[in-house]
Amino acid sequence: MVDVLKELIGIVGERYVSNHKEELYFYGREPGVCPPHEPDYVVMPETTEQVQEIVRLANMYKVPITAVGGGLDLNGLIIPHRGGILLDMKRMGKILEVNEKAKYVIVEGGTTHGTLQSYLRKHHPQLRHSMPDSPPIATVVANAMIHGQGVLTQQYGFNSDMVTGLEVVLPTGELCKIGSCSVSPYWFSKGPPLPDLTGLFLGWFGTTGIITKMGLRLYPCKKIRDVLAFVTDRAELVPDIFLKLSHTEVVEDILVGVPPRLKTIHNIQIFLTADSYEELDFKTHMVWNALREYCDNKDGGFMPIPMPGKEALVEMPLRFGVSIADVRRGGGFVYGGAIAPIEKYPVLATKVGELGVKYNLFYDFAARPISGGLCMMVPALFLFNRADSDEIERVSRAMHDIAAFYLEQGAVVWKPNLDEQEMTMARMDPNTLNLMRMIRQSLDPNGIMNPGNWDIK
Amino acid sequence: MLQLSFDAHKCDVCKTQACLVRCQYLDLDREAAKSEIGKIIRGEDSFVLDACVGCYACEEYCPMGNHPFYLIVERQEEKDVLAAPRAVTSMMLDQMAPRGKFTVGTIQAKALSFCFLAELQFLATGKLFDGIGSSYIFGREFACPAYCLHYGKASVMKERLPRVIENIERLGIGELVCMHDECYATFKSLAPAYGLVPHFKPIHYFEYLYEKLKELKAELRPLKVKVAYQRPCSARLHPETDHLVDDIFELIGVERVKREYDRENALCCGTTIRSNKGFDLADDVQKRNADDMVEAGAEYCVFNCPACQIGLEGNVGRRGIRLIHMVDICKMAIGEEPVTGE
Amino acid sequence: MEDYAEQIHRCFRCGYCKFTHDYLDWNCPSYARFRFDTYSTGGRLWLGRAWLNNEIDWSEHLGEILYACTTCKNCVEQCPMRFSSDIVEWIVGIRSAMVDRGKVPEPVTRFLTNVYDYGNPLRMRRVERDAWADGIPRYQPGDEYLLYVGCLGSYDDVARTMARSVVDLLAGAGLSFGILGTEEECCGNEVYMLGELALFQELAEKNIRQLKGLGVKKVVALSPHAYNAMRNNYPKFGADFEVYHYLQVLDMLIRSGSLKLRSTKARVTYHDPCFLGRYNGMYDTPRRILRSIPGVELVEMTRNRENAFCCGGGSGNFVMDLLSGSTESPSRMRAREAYDTGADVLATACPACMTMLMDAVKVEDLEGKIAVRDISQIVKQALPG
Repeated sequence: MVDVLKELIGIVGERYVSNHKEELYFYGREPGVCPPHEPDYVVMPETTEQVQEIVRLANMYKVPITAVGGGLDLNGLIIPHRGGILLDMKRMGKILEVNEKAKYVIVEGGTTHGTLQSYLRKHHPQLRHSMPDSPPIATVVANAMIHGQGVLTQQYGFNSDMVTGLEVVLPTGELCKIGSCSVSPYWFSKGPPLPDLTGLFLGWFGTTGIITKMGLRLYPCKKIRDVLAFVTDRAELVPDIFLKLSHTEVVEDILVGVPPRLKTIHNIQIFLTADSYEELDFKTHMVWNALREYCDNKDGGFMPIPMPGKEALVEMPLRFGVSIADVRRGGGFVYGGAIAPIEKYPVLATKVGELGVKYNLFYDFAARPISGGLCMMVPALFLFNRADSDEIERVSRAMHDIAAFYLEQGAVVWKPNLDEQEMTMARMDPNTLNLMRMIRQSLDPNGIMNPGNWDIK
Repeated sequence: MLQLSFDAHKCDVCKTQACLVRCQYLDLDREAAKSEIGKIIRGEDSFVLDACVGCYACEEYCPMGNHPFYLIVERQEEKDVLAAPRAVTSMMLDQMAPRGKFTVGTIQAKALSFCFLAELQFLATGKLFDGIGSSYIFGREFACPAYCLHYGKASVMKERLPRVIENIERLGIGELVCMHDECYATFKSLAPAYGLVPHFKPIHYFEYLYEKLKELKAELRPLKVKVAYQRPCSARLHPETDHLVDDIFELIGVERVKREYDRENALCCGTTIRSNKGFDLADDVQKRNADDMVEAGAEYCVFNCPACQIGLEGNVGRRGIRLIHMVDICKMAIGEEPVTGE
Repeated sequence: MEDYAEQIHRCFRCGYCKFTHDYLDWNCPSYARFRFDTYSTGGRLWLGRAWLNNEIDWSEHLGEILYACTTCKNCVEQCPMRFSSDIVEWIVGIRSAMVDRGKVPEPVTRFLTNVYDYGNPLRMRRVERDAWADGIPRYQPGDEYLLYVGCLGSYDDVARTMARSVVDLLAGAGLSFGILGTEEECCGNEVYMLGELALFQELAEKNIRQLKGLGVKKVVALSPHAYNAMRNNYPKFGADFEVYHYLQVLDMLIRSGSLKLRSTKARVTYHDPCFLGRYNGMYDTPRRILRSIPGVELVEMTRNRENAFCCGGGSGNFVMDLLSGSTESPSRMRAREAYDTGADVLATACPACMTMLMDAVKVEDLEGKIAVRDISQIVKQALPG
């Protein structure tokens, strides 16, 4: 009978292992509405070698293992549904290399977005990465692994599209390099011209391996960031507005929100960056010209934004955005996210309101186009009071309903919880599902990696 | 329902039609102006209803005190002429709709009104506001509904204005120092035009500042700078207070530069023009205004209304002219740090 | 604080509380030390709630988690929620529930018992409270200031040197002041932070009665901890005297010309004590004093002012030391950070910070490379003659 605790202490040292009730309680829960499940051990490795040893141990004794970064997916992806070992990756938080010419950075498995942003601002101010809206404790690897998005997603795609290479510990303990770094010392490509194997690890929620290093694209960082707020009361115009804006090729980020009190208004925040005010004015006027006809028809217009409001809106990440969690004075919000064709905007925006009324919930809605309008991410936000178990139950039902609706409309649920994964798999092409099963079985024959997720029967 | 105090006969006998002839955004001679005024009075279609940018100037230009701008707003709503994009109107009216959240300080007989402009709270600090700083009202419940006029919604203004006045009266305030120019304009001009007479005395914060600066005369150090003054739209509703600008400037030792777009010829800051009428007109207005300030050699642009700051920041601020609120330039004159500007 | 139990579920565990404002560094001392999320503010609040709701039982480990918080207020500073200003009060509230049920870690019990039995957390005898104070006048009614020395200043060797230099400066400037000597009671700031609210109230009321009885109008505190307690918590028990930290009096003396300073060449970095900085907004006064010394070059650590990294001594940890025992102990990290500025002097204005940082400099093998000094000592050194 193996003494797992003793083995883990032998790997990382006593200071960084815990099977105290307190750690198990905390790490077995998340800020959303997913039911808790506690791990048996919480471990904090510092090196890739330690991660390998832990994975080998888990594999040998068939102990489930789940890795967590910031723990902010809000959909239970880091809940260890079968117990076992929970790896808190945040001690592996270094910035390993910035290649300014090729514009990529290599980070460790637990490096936070906040650390990366501040590091770049201090040492490489002409470069930036696609900062997500989540709090800065969110880790670069975990965010990419769930196909997260950020301020550069409208232009350049998912944060996972910006990966330039991986170092992965496979479920059986081997260490793999993925991308150009498997052949070359440079991390400029996650695949081309080789087979793109990152697809074996991104989007799998850690069920196929633990990423210990990641290369990430960096982009030009300009000196000025500004925002315009265009409002319209015609939801059906929003997809066209997305296309007109992306056609200018000068817009950074686009975020649409529906103000909680005014369900019929769509507030489109248009972000621009520039190195000079001349550049900013030029881009601003390109945006104005793109949307001119709507203004002329009184179908939309630009809201004035006072400077303090602008400063808050252009901050990255959006610090006040997270305060939505306290609207119910209850510390809770979740969102059912979907990746959907932009033409579905009107129908999806309406559905959230219907569910909010049906389940008597505070709700909110937003959208961000991806890759110039290829698709969009829509979060249907539901706010709750953590001390109200009935409200939590209603939120869970609303999340289920919105996910079902998303799938009906041809959208795909983003970072689905277990329930949503089941619903997605039920619709999936059976051969695709079989391919996923084959990959899982091949990489993780003992089924130890974040089990319960992508549980393909 | 409140009724506008308008007398059609006054327009009949008017010798100038200055309201429309002098309008900075129309190009009408007396004959054309008389024709359009007639249409507006009779409730007929007039292009003026759509063309109006909401700058309030005609209220000042009218020699008869007959409230042409308020009439235009009434007609816009009656005839479903949109003064601004629908969504912009909805957002602005909703943002200002009372919702039971407001703050009231320790109210004395004299109190400050911050309207619903948080930046005014930060301005009202230091020696200039000693003894009164904690006696204030802030919130949508006290906000001047004159903003509705920019959006052609007289009905909303008429619904909210009596309640705002009642909310203030209920606190027992005798004298209300309006830190927002448009609040003063609302209580001094707009309310009486609709038959409302507040039971408190509105005091323009310029008047308050002037008296306070005289009290602190020993601490005044002339600033010796050249300033352009950005007159807000609402100042046109109470032109009798304009001399206070010159009085204050004289006291604090600043020179108000002579320029084309000042006093009665002041140009709108462009903030609402940009959101209501579009970029082309706003760009033109703001550029002419900024060019004018630069050519006149202004080092500072003193603004009065926080909404003007939004419009001025993007152009005046980037032309090497420091943007500063009137309260702040007064603070500088007594050796205190400004909140706006540098 | 009264309704903390009804509020603590509002924490979203978003993690802003762990960082500095620009996310460059960890800035929660207990999180930086232990690295488990449970040791961050979010962890503390979630676990506190779980304990209050009987979801988990009390344990020494839970006690350590709750009491490893130094109440430095970095979380208050960084939390984006509207309840941010209440966070430390919530933690004190949870602690008070633990105290009420007699469930506190052993070091906390010792700390509180020492204060109760001896009038100080160091378990030193009352008669020794003024052993350092030969020749220093005792407060007489009519003196302008009461100099409140505090427990560390009275008993700790390092802090005593700080007390002595403050006294010398005030006396040298001809200020009318006196101390209470053996009559001085513990201010109770740490007692409050540890959640022993009844004992805090007793101490506060005792102190207030004594000071009122002496007709004290102005108190100048050596320690920011006492400054905080007397300025912010005593008034609700009826205190009506003015409270200053010695830096404010020193600043006044320098600006009025009562203290003339000669040139002293030194490269100095200043550590903001939490109870002066984040608690009471005093950032400019110490810097102004240091800059007024000709020859002093002030260099800032990366984490300064509102972002200052706590020395780890708050909430009684200058005695209990729950965060020691690692290269990642806050005081050691702070000593290294100070050294990295290239400064020869690490200045502070708090006896707790001073003792913590002095020990850290020793352990980090930086003795002789950077000296830890109180501002009063730096100023005293700059006096002519």
